[in-house]
Amino acid sequence: MTAMQIFFLITGLVILGSALMVVTTRNLIHAALWLIVTLFGVAVLYAILNASFLAVVQVVVYIGAIAILFIFAVMLTRKEMRDRGPQLNKGWWLNAIIALLTFGGLFWMLQSWNGFSKTAADFPSGYDAVGQLGRALISPDAFVLPFEVASVLLLAALVGAVYIAFNRK
Amino acid sequence: MNFWFDPVNFIAHWLNSLLVGWGMAEWLAALIIQLVGVVVLISLMMVFDVFLVWVERKVVARFQDRLGPNRVGPFGIFQPFADIIKLIIKEDITPDGADKVVYNLAPILSLMSVLLLWAIVPLAPVIFGVDLNVGALYIVAAGSIGTLSIIMAAWSSNNKYALIGAFRQVAVLISFEIPMIATMLIPTILAGSMGMNEIVRGQQTVWYVVLAPLAALTFLIAAIAELGRSPFDLNEAESEIVAGFHIEYTGMKFGLFYAGELLHAFTFGGFWAVLFLGGYHFFGLENLGPLVAVVILFAKAMFGYWVIMWIRYTVMRMRIDHMLAFNWKFLTPVAFVVLMLTALMNTLLRNTSSVVYIAGMLLTNVLLCWIIVEILRGFSRAERERTEGVASATVAAHH
Repeated sequence: MTAMQIFFLITGLVILGSALMVVTTRNLIHAALWLIVTLFGVAVLYAILNASFLAVVQVVVYIGAIAILFIFAVMLTRKEMRDRGPQLNKGWWLNAIIALLTFGGLFWMLQSWNGFSKTAADFPSGYDAVGQLGRALISPDAFVLPFEVASVLLLAALVGAVYIAFNRK
Repeated sequence: MNFWFDPVNFIAHWLNSLLVGWGMAEWLAALIIQLVGVVVLISLMMVFDVFLVWVERKVVARFQDRLGPNRVGPFGIFQPFADIIKLIIKEDITPDGADKVVYNLAPILSLMSVLLLWAIVPLAPVIFGVDLNVGALYIVAAGSIGTLSIIMAAWSSNNKYALIGAFRQVAVLISFEIPMIATMLIPTILAGSMGMNEIVRGQQTVWYVVLAPLAALTFLIAAIAELGRSPFDLNEAESEIVAGFHIEYTGMKFGLFYAGELLHAFTFGGFWAVLFLGGYHFFGLENLGPLVAVVILFAKAMFGYWVIMWIRYTVMRMRIDHMLAFNWKFLTPVAFVVLMLTALMNTLLRNTSSVVYIAGMLLTNVLLCWIIVEILRGFSRAERERTEGVASATVAAHH
């Protein structure tokens, strides 16, 4: 087992453990903070995969914006920071079965996959991964259409938010 | 390879051969050397932070026509040590109803978010933590951890003043982040890379402050807002909310916030130097050796820090609505216009001679500055006529 594999396993355990804490803790702010640990763990996974751009964007967008928005929403809408109701709903057993089946299916499928023992090749020196990503995002024969559609979607969401918040006199 | 021209790698190689010679595995030796590098960099910055306390107190004293610390040691230079002893022996109070784990974690995260930034600062051509190819985004990511630490501190203190302070601070942080990112993209466009090393290398002939003076100014304003320093220090407006988010912290836990704030200001002085003032370049002087380059960068960072202090102790605090209006109606549009214009002019002039290129970029900025001032003048004239018109109308009614 290499150092990288040990590191990956620790990260995976942290992600799983903190994700479990998100849904089991009764304090809503604590749940949001545990969620931040989970999201940070995912950023670490990206960093392990040499995807530095995704790792940094994960921290900027998910921790810097979305998690902080969560905390604000909880603080501004709840008087009591504790969740008192039952933590499971009626259909929990159905969801548990579906989750187990999905996990079992993925496990069964990936058993025959031989990619686990491979190690990722390092980038050749001087390889500009971020530049390649940027070119792919705006190149017509790559992802320019999804990129622009996503931009329009975000713009529509912004306009919608302004419309809702707009105070008609 | 000799010590004078590549000290860090020289020591690393020596240490590596020593550890491997003791029979240690290659990867373990590499890991230990990396960890030693991290610890040395952080320790140096923390020791430097102690010195910054003295600098800040001395400079603020000068701006306020006082002497500042002058009793402990020559020029009062040992004053920070007296401060530290005081902070350590103070009673450590955790308020009732505080969330203990989060409460104790917040100051650590606050200082950590600042120390993280030093990982990407190129101190010299061969002395840097890591040459990250997404450096500009990394600054924002580390800043978002700082934002998080402020919310954590305020919420876990169980104090309404703290919470109000944090809400204000976060409102400022997430709005001033936008002009900041937009202006950080300008050195990125000029250098063709987001990596700090590449940006500094691109300024060998001409500093970006010459090519994009408006961007440098906008970045400085946004950075001061990010730091929560006057005129943007609503988070700790002592006449309204006592001390803001760190109101409940005592002793060394408060000390960590304080040290983090000072180091943050110095760090942004450093980033201003790296992004716009040429980093370690100073008319070829950096070629004498990496240690000279480090001194040059620190001198430039000190200059940036001094400008930030100069503004802090001269300008009065702004009201929150003025501040947010200033950001959304002035700074953000300016940042985006400068960004688009710089990108356009850079593409148009890239293949011309360097004199034409520099003159063109500078002229674009001067022209844009003139247009902005004209628009502001027209706006304020209209505003004055409106209010003065109202005033004269009321005077007429009285008569």
